[in-house]
Amino acid sequence: MKRLFSIVLLAAFTMISGAAGVFAKTYVFCSEGSPEGFSPAFYTAGTTFDASSRTMFNRLVEFERGSTKIVPALAESWDVSSDSLSYTFHLRKGVKFHTTKNFTPSRDFNADDVVFSMGRQHDKNHPFHKVAGGLAYEYFNGMDMGTIIKSISKVDDYTVRFTLSKPEAPFIANMAMDFASISSAEYADKMKAAGTPEKVDLEPVATGPFQLVQYQKDAVIRYKAHPDYWAGKAKIDTLVFSITPDSSVRFAKLKAGECHSMPYPNPADLDLMRNDPNITLMSKEGLNVGYLAYNTTKKPFDDRRVRKALNMAMDKQAIINSIFQNAGKVAKNPIPPTIWSYNDAIQDDEHDIDAAKKLLADAGFPNGFETDIWAMPVQRPYNPNAKRMAEIIQADWAKVGVKAKIVSFEWGEYLKRSRKGDHQTVLLGWTGDNGDPDNFLYVLLGCAAADNGTNRARWCNKEFDDLLLKAKETSDVAARTKLYEQAQVVFKREAPWATIAHSVVNEPVRKEVVDYRIDPFGGHVFYGVDLK
Amino acid sequence: MLIFLLKRVGVVIPTFFGVTILTFFLIHIIPGDPILIRTGERGLSDERYAEMRAEMGLDKPLWKQYVTYITGVFSGDLGKSITTQVPVIDEFFTLFPATIELSVCASILAVSIGIPLGILTAVRRGSFFDYSVMTVSLTGYSMPIFWAAIMLILVFSVNLGWTPVAGRMSAMYWVERVTGFMIIDSFLSEEKGAVLSALRHLILPSIALATIPLAIVSRMTRSAMLEVLNEEYIRTAKAKGLSPFKVIFVHTLRNALIPVITVIGLQVGTLLSGAILTETIFAWPGIGKWMVDSISRRDYFAVQGGILMVATIVIMVNLLVDILYGVINPRIRHR
Repeated sequence: MKRLFSIVLLAAFTMISGAAGVFAKTYVFCSEGSPEGFSPAFYTAGTTFDASSRTMFNRLVEFERGSTKIVPALAESWDVSSDSLSYTFHLRKGVKFHTTKNFTPSRDFNADDVVFSMGRQHDKNHPFHKVAGGLAYEYFNGMDMGTIIKSISKVDDYTVRFTLSKPEAPFIANMAMDFASISSAEYADKMKAAGTPEKVDLEPVATGPFQLVQYQKDAVIRYKAHPDYWAGKAKIDTLVFSITPDSSVRFAKLKAGECHSMPYPNPADLDLMRNDPNITLMSKEGLNVGYLAYNTTKKPFDDRRVRKALNMAMDKQAIINSIFQNAGKVAKNPIPPTIWSYNDAIQDDEHDIDAAKKLLADAGFPNGFETDIWAMPVQRPYNPNAKRMAEIIQADWAKVGVKAKIVSFEWGEYLKRSRKGDHQTVLLGWTGDNGDPDNFLYVLLGCAAADNGTNRARWCNKEFDDLLLKAKETSDVAARTKLYEQAQVVFKREAPWATIAHSVVNEPVRKEVVDYRIDPFGGHVFYGVDLK
Repeated sequence: MLIFLLKRVGVVIPTFFGVTILTFFLIHIIPGDPILIRTGERGLSDERYAEMRAEMGLDKPLWKQYVTYITGVFSGDLGKSITTQVPVIDEFFTLFPATIELSVCASILAVSIGIPLGILTAVRRGSFFDYSVMTVSLTGYSMPIFWAAIMLILVFSVNLGWTPVAGRMSAMYWVERVTGFMIIDSFLSEEKGAVLSALRHLILPSIALATIPLAIVSRMTRSAMLEVLNEEYIRTAKAKGLSPFKVIFVHTLRNALIPVITVIGLQVGTLLSGAILTETIFAWPGIGKWMVDSISRRDYFAVQGGILMVATIVIMVNLLVDILYGVINPRIRHR
C-alpha cells in the first residue's frame, strides 16, 4: 500500500503536464503477456484485445461494462429495415481522435472512418486490405462477416448503412466485437500519402478512453487518459500494463503492491487471496462451456439412447470438484447461464448408473462396447485439465461396461482431426464472442457447422436447425428467446453432447480499486475504474 | 597461432550450417501448424487455410522453404514473425539486450564468487569450511531454478520488502529505450532514482540465474586447483621457498584456470537456456521467454531465426574460449 501510494505521489510530481495541485492516478495491471499487435482487426487473442480494442478503441455499439448487453457507442442509435437486411447507424457527433506524434486530427469522427475501418476488412480490393502483409482479418472472416455483409455505404457524414446478403439477427452483436473497432480514415490517408501505410496498424489512431504512449515488448505498455474522450475523461490518468507471465509472480506483485489487479490467478492461490486483507477476490460466471461431443455419424453414437446412457453414467459434480477446484459449475445447457434465452427449466440428465445400464441394454449393448475419448493437450478456461477429466469419464463409463481409450494429439493436430470427425468422442469447449445464443448454438451445433467441422458431434437435426435459422431472421429479442429456449429442449432430448462445465472467472483486485467489473467475455476493461 | 586460428574458424562454418539445417527441419517436423494453433477452436475454412499457407510460403516443399530461408539468412533477412509480422531480427534485438544484461550480471556473480571460493576450499581441503561450501554448492546445483526463484521472491520481496518482485523497472519511471540495456537507458533518462531501480530489479534474477554456474565454477576451480597442487612442479616451487601467495596464484591458479575457462565458456549456453525459466518467472523481457512462446505457437520464422542467433553467439563465445585457451596454454596451439 505504502509503495502504491508513493508511486501515485511520485507520478504526480513527474507529470509535468498535470495541473498544479491535482494528483495523477496511475493504475497498474499485471497482465499475462504481450499483445500480438495494436490493431484489433487482425487478431483473436484476449491478451491483444485487452491492450488494444478495450483500451484504445471504440466500436459503433459496445457491450456495457461487466455485461453482455449491447449499448450505443460511436453510433447513438440504429434502425433495422423490415426485411432485416439493412442496418442504418446514426453516428455520434463531436467524437475526437487521439493526437499522436505522427498525427494531429483535423476533423471529428464521421462516417468515412466507419466505411474505412469495416470496408478494408470486407473489400479485397480496398487499398488497405493487404497492408499488414500475411495477417488475415481472422475474426471478421471467422464470424462469416464477408458473406453476411453485402455492402457498406455512407448515407451522409453521420449516417452509415450496412446491407446484408441474408437476415442475420446476431449482426448487431458482431458489430460490438473487437474486430469492428474504428480507426481514423484521415490518418490512413495521411500515412498512405507519406508512403508509410503500415503505420496505420503499427501505431493506430482511434477514439478510445486511453491513448498508447509507450510499449516495450514483454515488459510494459503505458497509456494516458484521452483528455477529450467523448464519454468523459477516464478517472485514472495513467494506465500501465506490467507484463508478468507467471501467475504466482503476478500474485506476489499484487501482494507487494506493485500492481492493482491481475488476470488468471492460479486456482491454488484463491484461498490465500480471499484471506488477504488488502485484496478483494471478485468472481463471475464465465461465458463458456466445456463439453464432450459424441460423433453422431459413427456407431454406436448415432443412437440417442447410447448418448443419453453415457451422459447418465457421468458424475459431473465429481468432475467439477476435482478439475475446477470449485471454480466451475455443472453445465446442463449448451449455452452458459449468463446468456439471454438460457433455459433454466431444463432438467439435467440424472447421474444414475442403473438407468444408464438399462438404456444401453435397450440400445443393444448390455455388455457395453469399446470407444475412445479424445483429451485436449492444452489448458482452457472451460477445461483446465482435459486428460484428468478424460480419466474420470473413463472410470465412470467403465461402471456401465463401456471401455474407453484416452487419445490425445498436439493441439493443432487435435483440432484438425476432430474437425474431420476422426474421433468417437471428443472433449472441447467454447468461449462466447458476442453474448448471442446463436454464437454457441449455430456455430457449434447447426447443420452448416456439421459440414465445416466446428460441430464436433457432426449432428444435424432439422427441428433444431430450423429453430436456429428462424431466430436469425428476426431482431425481436423476445421472439428469438422463445426459439432458442425450444432449441435447448431439442438439444437435451437428443443429447449430441455431454455438457460438462461453465467455468467461473476469478479476479483479485487491491482494496483501493473502485468499481472494477469483471468482463463476462474474459477481457479487462479499465474505463470507469477509479482508485481510492 | 594463425594456423590454429584458421583451424578453429574452419570448424565453425560447418557447425553454423548444421545449426540452420537442424533447427529448420526440427521445427517443421514436430507436429503442429501455426495457422491451426492460432485460430484455435474457431478454425477456418479450407480455402482460407490454403490461402494463408500460401501467403506464408508454407505450401512449398520443405527443401524449397529451406533454400528461401538460407538465402535470406545470408542477406541478413530472417523472415517475419508469423504472430506479430515484425521482422525476426528486430524482435530479437529488441529483447536480446535484456538477456545479455541479466546473463552478464549472473556471470560476474558466478565468477567473482565461484573462483575465490574454489581456491579457498582447495587450499583448505578437508576443513569444515570446505565441506560446508561444497554442500551448499551441491544444493545450489541441484535446486530447480523456478523453485529457487519463487522462494527468493517470497522471502526478499513479499515478506521482507527489500527487493522488487519482478520486471526491469518500477512502474513509476518512464525510461525511453535507447540501447535496450536498462542500466544505461535509465542513466541516460532524466528520471531520478531510475538507475537504482534498474539495479534493484537485477538482484534477484541475477542470483537465481547465477546459482548453477556458481556451483559449477566453484567445484571446478576446487578440483582443478587440487589436481595442480599435487603436481611435482608445485612441490618444486614450494621447495624453492616461494611464498604461498606466489605458489597459489602464479603457479597453481594459472594452470588450474584452463578447465575453468572452458567451463565458463560452456556456461554461456547454459545461462541463455537457464534464462528461459528465470525470464518467465521474473517477467524479464528477454529472448528466453520469446523463444518458448514462439515454439508453442509454431512461429517457424521466429524459432529458426532466434535459435540461429543464439547458436551463433554460443559458437562465437566458444571460439573465443578456444583462442583464449591457446593464449593461456601455448601447448594447445602448437599441437
